This record gives sequence, structure tokens and C-alpha cells, in this order.
Amino acid sequence: MTFASVVIQLLNGLAAASSLFLVSAGLSLIFGVTRIVNFAHGSLYMLGLYGAYSLIEALGRTPLGFWSAVILAALAVGLVGVAIELVVLRRIYRAPELFQLLATFAIVLVIKDVALAVWGSEDLVGPRAPGLSFPVEILDRRIPAYDLLLIVIGPVVLALMWLLLARTRWGALARAATQDREMVGALGVDQAKLFTSVFFVGAVLAGLGGALQIPREPANLEIDLSVIADAFVVTVVGGLGSLGGAFLAAVLIGVAKAFCIGFGFSKLTLVVEFVIMGLVLVMRPYGLLGKPPAMARAVGEPAPPLQPPRRWAVGAWLVLFALVPLLGDRYVTVLMTDITCFALFAVSLHFIMGPAGMVSFGHAAYFGLGAYAGALLFKKAGLPMELALVLAPFVAGLFAVVYGWFCVRLSGVYLAMLTLAFAQISWSIVFQWDELTAGSNGLVGVWPSMWLSGKPAYYYLTLALCGAGVALLWRALFSPFGYVLRAGRDSPLRAEAIGIDLRAFQWAAFVLAGTMAGLAGVVFAFSKGSISPSSVSIAQSTDGLVMVLLGGVETLSGPVVGAALFTWLRDTLARETDYWRAALGLMILLIVVVFPQGLVGGLKALYARWRPA
Amino acid sequence: MLTRNRLLAGVSALVAASFALPAAAQDTIKLGELNSYKVFAAFLEPYKKGWELAVEEVNAAGGVLGKKIEIVSRDDNGNPADAVRVAEELLSREKVAFLIGTFPSNVGLAVADFAKQRKTLFIAAEPLTDKIVWDNGNAYTFRLRTSTYMQTAMLIPDAAKLKKKRWAIVYPNYEYGQSATAAFKKLLKEKQPDVEFVAEQAPPLGKIDAGAVAQALADAKPDAIFSSLFGSDLAKFVREGSQRGLFKGVEVFDLLGGEPEYLDPLKDEAPVGWYVTGYPWYGIKTPEHQKFLDAYQAKYKDYPRLGSVVGYSVVMSAVAAIKKAGSLDQEKLVAAMAGLSHSTPFGTITYRTLDHQSTMGAYVGRVGLKDGKGIMTDWRFVDGKDALPSDAEVKKMRPAN
Repeated sequence: MTFASVVIQLLNGLAAASSLFLVSAGLSLIFGVTRIVNFAHGSLYMLGLYGAYSLIEALGRTPLGFWSAVILAALAVGLVGVAIELVVLRRIYRAPELFQLLATFAIVLVIKDVALAVWGSEDLVGPRAPGLSFPVEILDRRIPAYDLLLIVIGPVVLALMWLLLARTRWGALARAATQDREMVGALGVDQAKLFTSVFFVGAVLAGLGGALQIPREPANLEIDLSVIADAFVVTVVGGLGSLGGAFLAAVLIGVAKAFCIGFGFSKLTLVVEFVIMGLVLVMRPYGLLGKPPAMARAVGEPAPPLQPPRRWAVGAWLVLFALVPLLGDRYVTVLMTDITCFALFAVSLHFIMGPAGMVSFGHAAYFGLGAYAGALLFKKAGLPMELALVLAPFVAGLFAVVYGWFCVRLSGVYLAMLTLAFAQISWSIVFQWDELTAGSNGLVGVWPSMWLSGKPAYYYLTLALCGAGVALLWRALFSPFGYVLRAGRDSPLRAEAIGIDLRAFQWAAFVLAGTMAGLAGVVFAFSKGSISPSSVSIAQSTDGLVMVLLGGVETLSGPVVGAALFTWLRDTLARETDYWRAALGLMILLIVVVFPQGLVGGLKALYARWRPA
Repeated sequence: MLTRNRLLAGVSALVAASFALPAAAQDTIKLGELNSYKVFAAFLEPYKKGWELAVEEVNAAGGVLGKKIEIVSRDDNGNPADAVRVAEELLSREKVAFLIGTFPSNVGLAVADFAKQRKTLFIAAEPLTDKIVWDNGNAYTFRLRTSTYMQTAMLIPDAAKLKKKRWAIVYPNYEYGQSATAAFKKLLKEKQPDVEFVAEQAPPLGKIDAGAVAQALADAKPDAIFSSLFGSDLAKFVREGSQRGLFKGVEVFDLLGGEPEYLDPLKDEAPVGWYVTGYPWYGIKTPEHQKFLDAYQAKYKDYPRLGSVVGYSVVMSAVAAIKKAGSLDQEKLVAAMAGLSHSTPFGTITYRTLDHQSTMGAYVGRVGLKDGKGIMTDWRFVDGKDALPSDAEVKKMRPAN
């Protein structure tokens, strides 16, 4: 690369960083004040794009029309954010941590289908920015004038946000709430209003980030999820709640991507941001400019101790499950095989996320790596299917040994994001290593041995293996090992004070959960006959989270019920309606609002209330 | 207001609906269709309209084997695991005769392997991957659409004629883009041994950083560019590339750029002069296309996209196979598919016995502008059978079974 192209790629990176910064700043602000991981932030960005497109068509392709459309679209998205806060989130602030994630996930589904219904499926290419569509010559190379303007807009918004936060009363309250939200409440500040206004500002930033992209990016329905991943990364690399950090991280990632392309390593752009995030988190556990979070006071009551399962109940359920193939409907057996695999996947996630207090956003890594390990041992190493099935979970466990060693050194959302980084790095290797994993196509021909080829036979195998996995994890929870994990979650200080090497226990928990997820993965792979990179993807990890939260993170059987309900709902709704995503989203929202402790938690509470005294 | 009782009633209804066995309807032949309707909506909405039209026409003409046909369609969520599950549901619960559909390569390959396992006919409608009929080909799988290799081969004569030495390549980083690039390099090198490939960019699908990519390509000073971008990646690349002067004095080829699905969103920015394959529905005057076009426009008040032709044709293939087999027995159906010929809006196609690939062709031409919209100009139809490698080469790639 010549000097001139280095300069131009630097400018490209800075231009790309601008929108990324806007959307991440909103995410960071919302998280800082409300502690909500807003999964729907990418959807707000997408609405900004679509809104700007429609408004420009309505107001005319003039400079005035363009800029008023951008501003109006951002404000309109702000109102959508307010609506989300008022209608949904306000009802569930007291729910267990991360439960709001489930609600925002449902909102993503709804917004996607609404956008499809309103704007149609075809990409909408907006106009170039009127008055700024000319290229500027720099060092004999041309760069669009609009890109240069974007480079300026980023820092300007950063400065405005700084003024707003540092020089206004609202800003003082928002900063105070970021540091100590209970104290702000205790001092008589109306938290409801503060949260609503913070949501408005955050959503406006997301909408603005989207609207400003209209000359560079067609409005399309895939943009929401691709933006949200980037925004999470930027927010965490910068340090949660730090706007300056978010700006720095956006620039770092934007420029790194541009240089990857400039130096001819374009394939790296798939993963470079996650590599950066991994490195940053390993070296600086709170991001570039983040501070260790203030010691959180318990929000509400600590999670009640888990109830050990009643033996007769488990036995009764097992008998019922065993009867499924006798129904005579082959498809129910197939669906139950899926559900059983996902149940173990969800239980293994719950194992580290609930009782051990380590949330993983990248649990699919172990599910998918277990599946790939089984498929490769079977196809490439030529092992018998049964042996591959037995060995594969340990391969997933080995990865958990390595990844877990780094992850247990962090806590909270930082830990969750480091698991995501490892999962994405694993995904990109699986996706690109054509010789070994067959790349994006995945491996096919991964069928079980003859004696297992019948659906009922394979279902019984699944039931036995996944049932054993669940039993092992549940047993562990009620052993001293499980009590240590809970002690570490509820009071790390005291646990360490009595001489427990907490990290070692958490690491062991991580490895056990990873191995079990790998077991679920390999059983799943052989039931489908094929395995593709989507089993290692963010979507698979998110599905796991949704299952656990849907069922209830504070209950033992919640993850199983959540896995069954989610898998079954998706299967059924997709058959009944074209807009199955919106339907699924609305169903989840309904459950979220009616049962803020998850389905099983909610039913238990109902039972406790109605039970004759 | 939603009360708990109503909620309960709704949920029970759903439960009942999902477990109830569908009433056996013996007077129709059911075909199982699965596709990624939500993930690739822009391409698959017109596709669905296409097959709906075909079903209507077939049934108006009395159906096949004296029965009406019915399509049971499912969304596979763009995910191979989900696809295998819904395929299983179609076969075991809906009792469909056989399977058609799918769009992305990985889903197509997974369902093809499933079809082999279940010994069931599968007509892959949309997947472009060469592997589905070659490296991973199997006895039960047939593919309708012109493949990546075929479309690339159709562009080679024009590319070789230009005698450009320095080529740059840009492609989405997954199966389709990788195969297109590999095929293009191999075929061009054969025709023009002195060709040099000076730059290669593989941005992630749907996430191209177009400014940086355009700049990196320009730095390599190519004489010509081969792109297999489509969708929003293509739109971004066209805009950034033209603003940055990348295309000045450079010949550009884009594999799917002439398909209305991808050309129309560009509106007046359609890249004039690019060499593309696509579907100039406004200009094709053959009687079989005219009939299809009239019927489509009458039914939908909209013009067909390429996906519409594929959706329409795959149903025609299925019906022709049933007619020829005279039964719904899988082995007879598969035997009927081999060498099956029937008419489509693009003329008569034949499913080759050799590799189960249909000879459906494509239109090759250059992008032009008319009334502020992109169109294809100077186009010609290339029959699919003329764009395939020699039988010996195919035999070498395809496993014997």
C-alpha cells in the first residue's frame, strides 16, 4: 500500500466509524443508566434507515429535504424507543437481571416483520446526499464529500453528548444513575421519567446513525442484526457507559477493518472486531476507558435457592417422554428429538448463567464445536459413529478449558462479551476453513449407524444421553460443588474469605457446561445428518439465552420448559402464518409481561398464591 | 383486553392445531416445498408468486394423473437444521409426494443429503452451488436453476474477447462467491493464458465496506473487474465505486447483476455498460415466455422477476415428472426425472441423466438505462447445455451412485 492509499483507507475507516459510534453511544447510554442490554438497538438503527428513506421521498431530494428527513427520522425513532420503554420495559425492571434482554429480543422479531410489511422485501437505495454528492480529490484519489462530513459528525455528536451529560441537570442525573442508580432513586429522583428520557436519547442516536447512512447503505431487512453485533463490540471495547471509549473503539474498529481490506486481508473483516474485543478484554477487563462497576447493591431479593427435583415427578415425565414414539406420528418424535437436544443445551447454559452467575453470550461455540468434532471424527477420521458421539463432547470441553480460563477472569457483561468473542472467532474459523469444515456449506452425510437410523431408536438414544447430561448437571448443582458456585455468585467476597478458590470452581463449571453443550451438539448433528456454521452462530447462542430466560433463570426446570416451548412455538407458528417472526415475538412479549420470572417461575408464584393455606 | 382465560383458550387451540393430524385428502397430490422466505425475502416473494401461478394453471388444465396438485410450503429459516426438520415434517406428517425448493447452498446441500437418506426425490429449485449436482451429487437430487459454474461460463466469451490483462475480483465470502471466483479464474485462464489476477476482495455477505473495497481495487489498477456481488452489497459497491472513479476505463462483469431482483433497486444508478447475466422480461418475445408474462401480469399486476420464472418452472418440472412416471413411486419418479424434458418460460429444458442438472439457460447482456431504470441491452439467450463442462470432467467430479 502506498502512502496515499493508507491515508484514504484511514479516512474510509473514520467515515465508517461515525455511524458505528452513534449507534454504540446510544446503546452504552441506555445500558449505563438502566442496565438493560438492548438487543433491539440494531432494529432502531434499521428503522432510522427506512424512516429516512421514506421521508426523503416525501420531502424531496433537496438539501433541506434531506437534512430535515434525517433529523425527523431520528426523532421518530426516538419516539419508538419511548414506546418500547413505556409499553414493555417499564413493566419488567424488577425482573431478574437480563430478563429484559428477552423482551428486546422479541421486539427485534416484531420490528423486522413490521418493516417487511411496511416497506417490502426489496432493498431500498436512498439518494446521494443532495449538495454533497461530488467527490473530493485527495492525493490523486477521490473520496465522496459526504464521507468527509461523516468524519466530522462523529466528534461533533460526541462533543454535544458531552455537553449534555456534563452541563445539564438531566446529564447530571443520568451520570449519577450510571454510577449508583439506587442512590438516585433514594434521593427522590423520578426514575421512571429518567429512564424514559434516556431511552429517547439512546434511540435518537441509533436512529440518527441509521438515517445518516442512507447515502451509503440501502435500507434492508438484514441490517438490524449485523449492526447490533458491531455495536455491542464497540460498546464493550470502549468500556460500558463511556462515550469517549465508544468513540475510540469505533475509530479503532473502523480503521482496523479498512486496513484489513487495504492490505488485502479482506477475509479477516469477518472476525477482526471480535479479535480486537478479545484482546482488549483479556488485557483490560473493563474495556479501554471503562471503570470497574461500583459495587452493586442487591436489586430486589437474591435468587431463591433452587429446589431439587422430586424423583416421582422426574420419573413420571420420563415415562411420558418414552411413550412419545408410540403416538404413531413420526414427526412428533423428530420434534421431540430436537427439543431434547435443545433442553440439554439450555440446561448447560443455565448451569453457568443461573447458579454460577456467569452469563454466556457465546454458548453456541460448545454446541457447534461438539457437533463439528463429532462430524469430523466420523467423516474424516473414519471413527465409528458411536465412538465419535462419545469423544466429541470432550473436544468441546477442551475448547471450554481454553476459553473458560480467560472468561472466568471477568464478570458481568464483560464476561458475557468475551464468551461472544470466542464464539465468533470459532465461528469464523469453521466458516472459512474449507479443507476441514467445508466452509459455509457445512458437512453433510453425518448419519447415525444402522441400528440407530430409525427415528424412535435415535430418539431413545437422545433421551438417554441428553437425559443423563441433564441429570449430571442437576446433580452437580446440589452437590458441594454447586453450593460453592452459588456462594460465588451471591457473595464472591465472603466465598473467597473462607478460602474458596472461586476462579478454579468457576472454570470447572465452565468446562462441565461446555462439555454438556458439546454433547447436545453432537447428538443434534447426527439427528440432522448435516452440520453447518449456523450451529456456531450468534443466532444459536441467542436461542439458548431465550430458552433459559423464557422458562425462568431462577428455576431448575425452567430451561427445559423454555427449550420445549420456544422450539415448539417456532415450529408451529411458522406453519400457521407468514408473519411467524412477529407472532413469535408477540408471544414472547406476552409471556414476558405476564410472567416476569419466566414461565416456570411465574407458574410457581401463581401456585404459591392460590394454594390453599 | 386479553384475559388469562382467552390466553389459555388461544394456547390450547394452538396446541390442538399442532398435534392434530391433517385430514387425509386423497383427491390431491401434495408437493412439499421449503424455502428461506424470511431470510431472502426479496428473491423468494416473486418465487412464491411464480409457483402459485403454476399450480393454478396446472389445476385449471385438469391437474395430473387425474388429480389436482397442492403445494404445502414451509419456511426453513435459512438454516440447514431447520430445513431438515421441516422436510421431515412434510414427508411424515403431510405425506407429500416429494420435495422441491430451497435457496442458499448450505440448505440445498443438507436437504439433498436428507433426500438421499430418505430415498425421496428432491428438485432443488434455487441453490446455485455446483456441488449439489457434482461433488455432492446423489441419485435422488435434481437441480433446476442455472448453476454458478454455468452462469460464469456464459460470461467467459465476452471476458476473453476484451483481451484485458489485469483482472481484479470481488465476491461475497461464502460458497457461491468462492465457486464463481474459482470457475471464472480457471475458465478465463484456459482461454487467455497470459491473464493476471491482480487483486481479490472477499467481503462478508451483506456487510461489504464498499468504500474501502473500491479503493483497494482501484489501487491495483485493474483493466477489468469480475464481481459476484448481489443485493445490498452490489448496490453499495456500485455507488461507492462510481463516486470514487473506480469504473472509469475499466470493464466490469457482475454475475447476477442483470436479475431484476438486484438491478431494479439501483434505479437510475444502474451501472451502464456492465456485462451481466439476468432476465430481460421486457424484451423476450418467445411464445412460451409471452404466455407466462401475460398470465403473471394479469394475476399480480406486477412484472415477474427471475425468481418468478424459477418458482413457476419448478412446479412444471414436478408435474412433468409425475406425468412421465405415471405414479408417485420414488424410484419411478427418479427414473422419470433423468432425461425429462419440458417447456418453461425460457424454452425447453432437459434434466441431464449424467448429473441431474437441468439445461435451463440464462440471458447474457449489458446494463443500460431507460427512463431512469436499469435494463439489459444487447442481450442474447445462452442455452444451459452449452455452458457445462465436458462429460468426462463431470464424471470425475460426481461420485458414482
